[in-house]
Amino acid sequence: MKMTRLAATLAATMIAAGPALADTLHFPSLSYRTGPFAAGGIPFADGYSDYLTLINERDGGIGGVPIRQTECETAYNTERGVECYQSIRGDNPLVLQPLSTGITYQLIPRTMEDGIPMHTMGYGRTSAVNGEVFNWTFNYPANYWDGASVIINYLLSENDGSLEGKKIALLYHNSAYGREPIPTLTNLAERHGYELLTIGVDSPGQEQGSQWLQIRRERPDYVVMWGWGVMNPTAIQEAANIRFPMENFIGVWWSGSQQDVLPVGQGAHGYKALAMHGTGTDYPIYADMQQYVIDTGKYAGTGDEVGTVLYSRGMYAAMLAVEAAKKAQEIHGVAAITPAMMRDGMANLEITEELMAELGLPNFGPAFSVSCNNHGGSGQAMIQQWDANAREWNLITDWIDPDREMIMEMAMEDSLAFAAENNMTPSCMN
Amino acid sequence: MPDTLLFAMEATLNGLTAGVMYALVALGFVLIFKASGIFNFAQGVLALFAALTLVGFQSGQIPFSHLINAIFGTRLHHFGWNMPTVLAIPATVLVMILLAILIERYILKHLVNQEPIILFMATIGLAYFLEGLGDVMWGAEVKALDVGLPKGMSSAVDEATFAWFGYGFYIDRLELWAAGIAAILVASLTIFSQYTKQGRALRAVADDHQAALSVGISLRFIWVLTWSIAGIVALVAGIMWGSKSGVQFSLSLIALKALPVLILGGFTSIPGAIVGGLIIGVGEKLFDFFMQPIIGGATENWFAYMLALVFLLFRPQGLFGERIIERV
Repeated sequence: MKMTRLAATLAATMIAAGPALADTLHFPSLSYRTGPFAAGGIPFADGYSDYLTLINERDGGIGGVPIRQTECETAYNTERGVECYQSIRGDNPLVLQPLSTGITYQLIPRTMEDGIPMHTMGYGRTSAVNGEVFNWTFNYPANYWDGASVIINYLLSENDGSLEGKKIALLYHNSAYGREPIPTLTNLAERHGYELLTIGVDSPGQEQGSQWLQIRRERPDYVVMWGWGVMNPTAIQEAANIRFPMENFIGVWWSGSQQDVLPVGQGAHGYKALAMHGTGTDYPIYADMQQYVIDTGKYAGTGDEVGTVLYSRGMYAAMLAVEAAKKAQEIHGVAAITPAMMRDGMANLEITEELMAELGLPNFGPAFSVSCNNHGGSGQAMIQQWDANAREWNLITDWIDPDREMIMEMAMEDSLAFAAENNMTPSCMN
Repeated sequence: MPDTLLFAMEATLNGLTAGVMYALVALGFVLIFKASGIFNFAQGVLALFAALTLVGFQSGQIPFSHLINAIFGTRLHHFGWNMPTVLAIPATVLVMILLAILIERYILKHLVNQEPIILFMATIGLAYFLEGLGDVMWGAEVKALDVGLPKGMSSAVDEATFAWFGYGFYIDRLELWAAGIAAILVASLTIFSQYTKQGRALRAVADDHQAALSVGISLRFIWVLTWSIAGIVALVAGIMWGSKSGVQFSLSLIALKALPVLILGGFTSIPGAIVGGLIIGVGEKLFDFFMQPIIGGATENWFAYMLALVFLLFRPQGLFGERIIERV
């Protein structure tokens, strides 16, 4: 009898709660606020959440439908990331942002099967740029191979268009993430005549003595870093220790935040990194952020990450998600969109300079459009340089194009191999 | 002299200094294991907690400010002053002693006469608790730690070796200081355990719990003392490692570096921790130097464990550990 009553109560609760949940747009966040990589996970999660809060508070949601945010802690652990996915997959998640290449690789087949779009901005599987194979995965505005190519193009511009005879060392996190740029840099080495030296660092990367002794012996002209977490400040400190010229040390966008340079102090002065977006609070959007989110105390976390590099990245990811949701509403003519509709919005997303200015983020990110053949955006990035005296990153270049022709060729080969392994016939969904 | 030999000598020197850094972490494990038979899984987190507390004091950060702000809607973060390092270090030592008292009172006291595995599990719980406490108290952002220790290449070593061999060796000054501090630490611990009443009591407990209890030595006091010393050693390790790459939560993973050192040196020997650290440090640097061209880099993490496994096969008690004699 008791069980029957309990079941009836549960059913009534679910019926009552059902419409309320359906009337919201669910944006989950697979965050990591704990564990060894928390220092990088927290600002991203805060930026992502604060932007969505701003849209709710200022605009009343997207197309009049409020946003519902949920957060699941992965601790940057692949197994926990998959568990998070299992717990939210039935709750109409509009887009997943796993914030981990390891988790991304695990979720690609699952999201394909479940029909849930995934956005892996500047990380994940690079060949997901081919939307004919990876219908549900998007990696705009840039991917790892773009990043590697942008660095080489920047170095070409610094060396009068020739890297012949130069030696470039890649210091990489010994993981799926860290090994991603190796094929691109190897191909580009053949094309531009530089010697590539690959040096792995085991996770987490607190001890890099051997690696930097090798760099000191080999005397490369440039060191390119694909690091994350504690590996970054350790490497920058070691570079300063061996007196490696900091202006010849360039990190990927995951090695270019305040967390990476501040612990090193003055030694990090002049260090460079890729930037896939702007940073700092000198954008009109921060006036609204202050009014609707910060001053009202509705900010995520502790509110002290606003404007940092990784906070800006989280905010940018949320902005792109919101714009894709708007596009989906426009395409389908309904406000309460489903994950499948959201996918359509992402596949037809168009970001223009005018739109960025309208959103209060002029020149914050590149203009790009998404299509079935290109889920990866423009691939452009800028170079930023750390000023240890002013304790700020300064953008020192405009947007630099990657060698997209070569990257698309490589991506096509890799994605078609994936399709063959999984007995898939590549085709566009729209 | 051939270049390869010079480079190998440089790698050996760097291995020795890196080994001292590993030994600093291993020392904390040895102290607690020796006195209480507990393998303290929380030793790495103790180092993290100590370093977080030190930076918090130095920068005048208000403990639990995030929690206070969340509950009361305030915007408190700092007291508005910075504490000099000479005061911040003793203040942190006091916190570590207080922590030792609390650990004894609320965990160890209730687990007297329990199986070692129960005590080990308790330290796993303690590790998670302390990591969370550190986060709530001081925040999870990366913090720069500067206690005035010099960093960067030692010009003296560079110039001297250049004069001798025509090639300047690289040694990090911070690691040279770490070697000096480790030597002072080991000497202090030896003097303490040999020449003070408390030290002798500690050794008595380490030798035989029951016999020590029968002559009136308080086991509870000894546990507090041991955990306090381990806390201070953790602070030293936290300062050294935190100065290298900032204080962040991955600092607790330095404990993983200590395990192979302990297997090599033995869980009960302070000199063993030092020698084990040096063997691991030199071994991994030389292995990486010679094998990198053949198998690629990134060998440091697994090589230490592989070496420890080989040692386990031939000398399970470690180089300096107590010999295991079992009669059947």
